[in-house]
Amino acid sequence: MKKTLIVALAVIGLLATVLMAAPAKKMIQVKGSDTMVNLVQILAEEYMGKNPGAAIAVLGGGSGTGITGLINQTCDIADHSREWRQKEIDQAWEKGVSPRFFIVAVDGLSIVVNEKNPIEKLTMAQVGALYRGEIKSWKMLGPYEKPVSLYGRQSNSGTYTFMQEFVLGNKNFSTDTKEMNGNAQIIESILQDESGVGYVGVGYLYDKDGKIRKGLRVLNISKTPDGEAFAPTDKAAIDSGKYPISRPLFQAANGKPNAEIAAFIAWETGPEGQAIVEREGFFAISPVHKAQNDKNLK
Amino acid sequence: MKKRTWTNLKESAIRAFFLTCGILAVLVLIGIFATLLYTAVPAFKEIRLSEFLLKKNWDPTSPEKAEFGILSMIVSTLMVTGGALLLAVPIGIGVAAYLSDVAHWRVREIVKPIVEILAAIPSVVVGFLGIVLFGPAIAKIFHTGNGLNAINGSVLLAIMSLPTIISISEDSLNSVPPAYNEASLALGASRWQTLFRVKVPAALSGIIAACMLGMGRAIGETMTVLMATGNARAFPHGFLSSVRTMTANIAIELGEVPYYTTHYYALFAIGLVLFIMTFIVNMAADIILHKYQEREQ
Repeated sequence: MKKTLIVALAVIGLLATVLMAAPAKKMIQVKGSDTMVNLVQILAEEYMGKNPGAAIAVLGGGSGTGITGLINQTCDIADHSREWRQKEIDQAWEKGVSPRFFIVAVDGLSIVVNEKNPIEKLTMAQVGALYRGEIKSWKMLGPYEKPVSLYGRQSNSGTYTFMQEFVLGNKNFSTDTKEMNGNAQIIESILQDESGVGYVGVGYLYDKDGKIRKGLRVLNISKTPDGEAFAPTDKAAIDSGKYPISRPLFQAANGKPNAEIAAFIAWETGPEGQAIVEREGFFAISPVHKAQNDKNLK
Repeated sequence: MKKRTWTNLKESAIRAFFLTCGILAVLVLIGIFATLLYTAVPAFKEIRLSEFLLKKNWDPTSPEKAEFGILSMIVSTLMVTGGALLLAVPIGIGVAAYLSDVAHWRVREIVKPIVEILAAIPSVVVGFLGIVLFGPAIAKIFHTGNGLNAINGSVLLAIMSLPTIISISEDSLNSVPPAYNEASLALGASRWQTLFRVKVPAALSGIIAACMLGMGRAIGETMTVLMATGNARAFPHGFLSSVRTMTANIAIELGEVPYYTTHYYALFAIGLVLFIMTFIVNMAADIILHKYQEREQ
């Protein structure tokens, strides 16, 4: 009996050792922002088409997931639509990870409603009040007799954090906000829910033919109550900063990127990559961003 | 002599293998519970247990004030699970009774495998059905604008727990000794009376076990409710409001939470509460089973 017990324990020990040995990896792993996942997927596919030796796997999950992934070294590039928190940078340094940031595209965060909703523009303050739960009925904003039904993202989303900081004024989201898995799910819900309002990356507004999705109304947003309102699809307004909630979309790598990662990032932020960024509905980066990227690549 | 040593060796090797399997199962269970406890306890250095269990607000990443109350999630979990049982238990027992006593054997040969295949549908697919099919239908029926609410979750979980309930109930109805059936009919009872006054009570322990197993499936299910219930953090106002269950909350937040923070420990504490809840359900099922078995003997 004793012998059998020893044998049994030895077998368990052996199994554990085999399971502990991690498999080696070679592919470039990209993980993070759900707003960016489709864009980066397409960039990676086109890049791999041109460079048959390259292997890139792109995953979503939210900016927070990507950042945690880079800190724990389970991915090589983190996509993120918000900046890193100080806590995350500290944690990265503690683990010997020194993140370098690259801006690969610019997004106009879009506020969308169902097309049955007659409201066309909102001020920043109104959007904030909606999401803080202070405006419960569309009647308070225009001629529409419906309760407000809020759609948002989950707290691991960079867009969630960006909204909270820049639109809600660092206040809590209304607890009635339905927290969806991604941009696409928000769009699907808004198309069905006549009283709904949601926020998504500008690239998600378009259908296959590059037109705004049918059934969707994209609201114009103004900075101040008497200011002019602009659409997130308006390139001039994004470039000039007149659209109040545009934001850079980042990628982070650990330290000075190795040759393969650097080549991919350089291509993404170069003319070919940026043409795809614009084709997918996002906006190209400015020369200032470009100069900063080039500095971080060296 | 040689042959005998070989047989002995073989026998002890087989015994060792089964012992390994047994120990492994126990070790895994103890390991899971220990890890859960070890990782959950530090949460209560910073959160009072009463606040954790009785406060309604959960907002660990709030820029104003981090809040760690899980009452809304507990209530949501119970609502969705309770709703699912309310739908699945009558239907499940009905189908089981039909299959065991009413259906022609050919129908049973076809229907039973189909019911069992229902169990093999991945939860993501069921959740997807909730978004594209049940959600819009519920929105239309109740005029709510959207169908991402507790009812949707209940319907989906009912579908997911039906195969368990039907299959095990039907087995236990079938294992009622035929003498019960014959005696009841011989005494002049109708088939309906026989089925519901004799067979169902005789098979009750199995049926209750089936329902409890179905409940176990529903309470721990994550992906489906995550996709279909809307995940609003508010305390549920009713079955038509969007709810966030404990499982969904863990799934949403564990991926990004910074390790070894209060938030991280609190998520494990939710896991521990969930573990205790399922443990109580299983214990209750066990006690009920034993009680009925004693009465039968």
